Amino acid sequence: MKPAPFEYERPESLGEAVGLLAEHGEEAKLLAGGQSLVPLLALRLASPSVLIDLNGVRELDHLRLEGDRLAIGAMTRHRDVEEMAELRTRCPMLVEGVSLIGHVTIRNRGTVGGSLAHADPAAEWPSLVLALEGEIDATGPEGVRTIPAEEFFETYFTTALAPDEIVSEVRLRIPESPRVGSCFLELARRHGDFALAGVGALLELDSSGSITDARVTLIGVRDRAVRSSGAESVLVGARPDAEVFAEAAEAIDPEIEPVSDIHGTSEYRRHLAKVLVRRALALATERAGGV
Amino acid sequence: MADRRPITLRVNGQELSGSAEPRMTLADFLRDELGLTGTHLGCEHGVCGACTVLMDGRSVRSCLMFAVQAEGHELTTVEGLAAPDGSLSPLQEAFSTNHALQCGFCTPGFLIAVTEYLAEGAPGVDDEATLRARLSGNLCRCTGYQNIVTAVRDAAERMRRSP
Amino acid sequence: MSDPAHPYAPAGEPGSPPVRPANYVGQRLRRKEDARLLTGRATHVADLRIPGLLHAAVLRSPFAHARIAGIETEAAAAAAGVVRVVTARDLEGRVGPFVEAARSEISPLLNEKIGPTLKSCPMPVLAADRVLWVGQPVAAIVATDRYRAEDALELVQVDYEPLPPVSDPERALEPGAPVLHPELGDNVQTSFVVSVGDVDGAFARAERTLSARLVMGRTAANAMETRGVAAVPDAGRDELTVWDANARPHLVRTFICEMLGMPADSVRVIGPDMGGSFGTGMFPEDVLIAFLARELGRPVRWIEDRRENLSNTRHARDQIHQVEVAFDGDGRILALKDRYLIDAGAYNNYAITVSYNSAAHLRGQFAIDHMRVEALSVLTNKAPVTPVRGAGRPEVVFVMDRIVDLVATELGLDPVEVRRRNLIRPEQMPYPMGMPYRDGVDIVYDRADFPGQLNRALQMFGYEEFRREQAAARDAGRRIGVGVSSYVEGSGYGPYEGAVVRIDPRGHVTVATGAKPHGQSLETTLAQICADQLGVTPDDVTVRAGDTALIAHGIGTFASRSAVTAGTAVGVAAARLREKVLAVAAELLEIHPSDLDLDHGAVAARGAPDRRVSLADIARAATPGPRAKLPPGMEPGLEVVYYYVPPTVTFASGTHVVGVEVDEETGFVRLLKYVTTDDCGRMLNPTIVEGQVHGGVAHGIGNALFEEVVYDGDAQLLTGTYLDYLLPTASDVPPIAVGHQEEFPSELNPFGIKGVGEGGAVSPPAAIANAIVDALRPLRVHIDRVPIGPEGLYRLIREARAASRAG
Repeated sequence: MKPAPFEYERPESLGEAVGLLAEHGEEAKLLAGGQSLVPLLALRLASPSVLIDLNGVRELDHLRLEGDRLAIGAMTRHRDVEEMAELRTRCPMLVEGVSLIGHVTIRNRGTVGGSLAHADPAAEWPSLVLALEGEIDATGPEGVRTIPAEEFFETYFTTALAPDEIVSEVRLRIPESPRVGSCFLELARRHGDFALAGVGALLELDSSGSITDARVTLIGVRDRAVRSSGAESVLVGARPDAEVFAEAAEAIDPEIEPVSDIHGTSEYRRHLAKVLVRRALALATERAGGV
Repeated sequence: MADRRPITLRVNGQELSGSAEPRMTLADFLRDELGLTGTHLGCEHGVCGACTVLMDGRSVRSCLMFAVQAEGHELTTVEGLAAPDGSLSPLQEAFSTNHALQCGFCTPGFLIAVTEYLAEGAPGVDDEATLRARLSGNLCRCTGYQNIVTAVRDAAERMRRSP
Repeated sequence: MSDPAHPYAPAGEPGSPPVRPANYVGQRLRRKEDARLLTGRATHVADLRIPGLLHAAVLRSPFAHARIAGIETEAAAAAAGVVRVVTARDLEGRVGPFVEAARSEISPLLNEKIGPTLKSCPMPVLAADRVLWVGQPVAAIVATDRYRAEDALELVQVDYEPLPPVSDPERALEPGAPVLHPELGDNVQTSFVVSVGDVDGAFARAERTLSARLVMGRTAANAMETRGVAAVPDAGRDELTVWDANARPHLVRTFICEMLGMPADSVRVIGPDMGGSFGTGMFPEDVLIAFLARELGRPVRWIEDRRENLSNTRHARDQIHQVEVAFDGDGRILALKDRYLIDAGAYNNYAITVSYNSAAHLRGQFAIDHMRVEALSVLTNKAPVTPVRGAGRPEVVFVMDRIVDLVATELGLDPVEVRRRNLIRPEQMPYPMGMPYRDGVDIVYDRADFPGQLNRALQMFGYEEFRREQAAARDAGRRIGVGVSSYVEGSGYGPYEGAVVRIDPRGHVTVATGAKPHGQSLETTLAQICADQLGVTPDDVTVRAGDTALIAHGIGTFASRSAVTAGTAVGVAAARLREKVLAVAAELLEIHPSDLDLDHGAVAARGAPDRRVSLADIARAATPGPRAKLPPGMEPGLEVVYYYVPPTVTFASGTHVVGVEVDEETGFVRLLKYVTTDDCGRMLNPTIVEGQVHGGVAHGIGNALFEEVVYDGDAQLLTGTYLDYLLPTASDVPPIAVGHQEEFPSELNPFGIKGVGEGGAVSPPAAIANAIVDALRPLRVHIDRVPIGPEGLYRLIREARAASRAG
C-alpha cells in the first residue's frame, strides 16, 4: 500500500499556493492534514500528479475568539480548537463535536479547512459550521470570496469551492448568553469511528424557559451535513419537553436521506438520528438551565 | 532515482539526513532510510496506530505523512524514549512490570501516544472511560488492553511521585 | 489421592529423571522479551537490513470467480525498477502445487475411527487458469523497492472472463450451483459423521425437544504484524535462508523443500520476532518468495500489506449449525443432533482440523451421553478458512450455550441452574466422552471441577447482587443482563515438540525449540522451566525458538500447545542434562552424584558447600578433547536433545461471566464487567496466563460484537480496510477479572501444564449473546447469529416487540 508517484510543491504563502493551484489545475490536490487524503493515496484510490502541501503556509494557521466571532485559519488543527479553554463552557457542541473526530493523533494533524473542503457527509465540521452560522473564505486568483456555510456543502465530497480556490478561513458565531445550551452526540460502532448518525443541538431559552433559538444539525444521514429547519421550527417558541423533542425528531424525516452500508442501513440511521435528536435536545436544554 | 529530495530533521535529539521521493511516507523513511525500525507499520491507512511518532511534541501517524513534510521538524520515536544511558522511561518500566505487552508489535505506537498523554498531565487517568477512550486510537490484539490501562496509570503515578 | 489416575498418564519414561520441584515456575517474573520490544530493537521480518534486497508485490484477483484468458506482463517488466515479473506459467514444472496439508493434518488413527470423506484440491501458488476468490495471487513483481513494485502491478494486464460466483455455502450445496473444483464433482470438500450413544432412542424417549439454527460469521485473525517473508540465497551452494513471520518454521521449510525440490538442510527457516499470529497457515507467498530469491540469486522480501491481509489471511469461523436437543422437564440435556456447514472458502488446506475440533468440543463441560454430528466443509468463492484462536471451539460453545439458554427459557428456569444440572461432576473425572480427539485418541477429560469453577466465577462476578441490581435497573428502565459460558479445550496437541538444552563453557544455558512464540512469552516461561531443572536463574538461560538450524524437528506454535509440549520437552531435556552435570561434577569432586546438589550455577557437596564446582568448570570438563574429565564411557558435551511426544491432549477449561447493558432504543451494547475462571493446570507464570486470557477475551469480544469479514452476494469483499473490519479498541473491552483454578495439574505431563493461549477467545461470543438475551428477557429476544452489531440487535428488539404486541 504505497502511493503512486506525484510532484510535490510546498508553498509558503497563500498567494503562492493559489498560484500553484492555478498552474496545475485539476491534476493537483491540496494536502492539508492528510488524514483523509493520504489513506486514499496509499490505497491508490486517488493518484493526483501534483500535491500542493499547505503545511508551510503559516498565515492559514490561526485561531482567534473576538467577542462572539471565532476565526479559524484553514490549517488550524482540530486539536487546537478542542483545547481552546474558552470554548469548553461557551460552546460544548463545538468542543464535543471536534473531540469526536477520530482520535487524538488524528486531531493533532487533521485540519479544519481540510475537513470542510473534503466535505465528508459523516464528518463533524460541516455540521458545526452550519450550526454556528459559519462563513467560509475561499481564496482564488481573483481574491477572497466569502461563502455562507449553508451554500458551501453541495453533495458527497463536493463543495461550492471553484477548482482554483482554497479554503483560507472559517468564521463562526459563538453564542454568549448563559441561557444557551448545546451538545454534540454521535453513535458510532466504536469510539472514533465515523458516526452512523450524529446530532449537534443548540438551544437558547428565555427567562420563562421557552425556546428562543434552536439549531439542529445532523451528520451521516444525507449526501451532506444537514441543518434541520423542520426540527428548528418545531422548537422555536415551544417549551422544551419530551413531547416537543419527539416532534422535532420526527420533523427531520423529509430532510434526510441516509444511505446503507455494512455498518447500518438507511432505515436504521434514520432511526438513530431521531433518537439522537431527542437526546441531544434534552441535554442541550439541561445545559441551558432548563429542565 | 526519480526526484529524491534531501531531508534533514531531528530525531530523538539527533540531527539526521537522508533523501526520499516525495511519495515516501515518513514511516518508511524512518524505517528504511534512517534504520529506525522500532516504528512499526500495521495498516498503512491510519487506523491501527502502530506507526505513531511525536512530531514537535505531538503524536502523529507516520504512515499518514510524507517524509518531505517532516523536513526541519523534531521527531521522537520509540528508540528515543529510554534515557541515553539505556535506562527505561517510567512508562516503559510500567509497561514491563505490568505486562502491558505481549507480541510487542503495537507497543511502540502505544508508548508514543501515551508519552504525549503523560506529558499533558494524564487528564482523566483515573476515569476508566476517559482513559480507555484516550487509548482507543491504537489497536492491540494481544493484551485486551487491560494491562496497558494499568501500566498507564502506574506510569502516571510514578511520574507524580518523582516528576 | 482418591481420584483415579488418568488412563493416559505416563508411568514415567525410562531414562527420564524425576523433575525438580518448581522454584521459578509459578512466579510472576518480568519477561525477558520486554527490553528489546520496548526500545524499538526487536527484529521483525520487515526490520531486517539485508544488502542488495529486492522487494516483491503480489497482483491479486479482483474477481471472485473468473477464467484467466491471458496475462500481459511486458509493460510491467519494462517499468522502472522492475527486476522480474512471474505468473503461473513461470512456475510450471518448477514449483509444485501446494503440498496437500490435508494428509499431514489428519491423524491416521482418527481416519481409521471416523473415516471422513476428504477430497483433494491443492492450491496453486499463483492462479493459472482460474481465480477462485477476491485476493487470490495471480502474479508477482520483484523490483528495487516496494513503491516501484506496486507501480508495476498497475501495468499487468489480466484478461479475466468472469464466471458466476457462489458466496453462500448453503447455496453452494444446491444443484446447479457453480462448482469451484469441477474435478471434485460438487462443493463438499470434507464431511464426516460422529455418533455417540443412542441418539435416536434418546430423542424418542425425551419429554421435550427443541431445535435452532445457530450461526457464527466469518472473522479473521488480524495479527498486528502482517505476514512477511525474506529469502536470502546462497547461490554458490544453492541454499536459502528464509525469515518468515510464520509460527511454524519447520513446516515452512518442509513446504519450500518439497515444492522447490531442495534437501532439508539446504534451507534454513528462521522465525524472527513476530507480531502475533492467532492462527496458523501456510500461504503461497511462503514458497513464492523463496522461489523468487533462488531464481534471481538475490535476496527478496515481501511484506504483506493490510489490504492483502484482510482479503487473504487467516479467515476463520463461518459455521452454520442446525441443532436439535432432547431434554427433560428439569432441564437435563439428554441428546444432541447437530448438522453443520463450514464455509471453507475456495481451498481448504486443513482438512477437518476445524470441523473436527467443533465436533470434539461441542458438549464441552456437559454430560450428554448421546450425540450425533454431521459436519461438512463447503467450498465457496471466498478466501480459504484456517484455524484461528479457538479453531472451531467458539462456534460450538456459542451453539451449546445458546441451547442451554433456550432450554432454560423454555422451562422458565434460571439458565445458570440448567447449566449446573448438566455439568460433568468432579467425581466423574477423568471423564470419557465416547469419541476420539483429533489425534485419534479417545477423549478422556483431565481432572477438573466444573461446578466449582462455575461457582467461583459467579462469586467473583457477584451474580446474586447483579440479579438484584438487574431488577432495580429494570424498574428504572435500564436493561442489564448477565451471561455465562463455559468451555473445555484440548490443548497441547502433538505430535511432538523438541528441545535442545546446552551449557556453554561460561556456564550459560541455551535452549532451542521448534515452538515459535509470537507473543506468548515463551522466552520467559521456557527459561523458568529450564532454570528450575538446572539450578540457575532464568537470566542465565537464553531461549532461541523457531530456527530450523538449531533443532532438527519442530512443529511450531498454535493450538495452545507450546507451554505443554515445548515446556515439557525443555523441562525433561534440562532434567536429563542435570543428571549429566552431576555425573561430571562427581568426577571432578570425587563425590558420588547422589551426594551432590546443583544450585546457584554450581554443584556442591551436600553438607560441605565449600566443595563445589561451577557450571562453567563442569562445561569445560565436558568439552571434547584431551582436557575432558568425564566419567568413563560418557559422551562429551553438555547438551541434551529431547523430543516430547504427548500421549494426547490435556484438557483445559474455563467459565466466563459477563454483564452487559443494552440500549433498547438503539441496539448498542455496553459491556459492564467480565469475569473468567480458568483451569490451565499448573501456571508457569500467572501474569502471563492472565495476559493471554485478557487478550483472548478481547478477541472474543470482537467476534461477538464487532468483527466480521463481509462478502456481498457476488463474493466481493466489503471489509477490505480497518475502517470496515472493526477490531475492538480499549473502549470496547471492559475490565476483566481473571480467576484461577490451579488445583488440578494435568496428569499427562510432569509439570502439570494445560494450555491457555486460546481459551480466552472461546467463550465471549456465547457469554455475551446470553447476557444480551438476559438483559432483554422480558422481550424474549433470541440471538441466533454472532457477531451481532447494533443494528442486528435493534432489529431483533423491534421484532420481539412486534411479536409481543401481536401475541
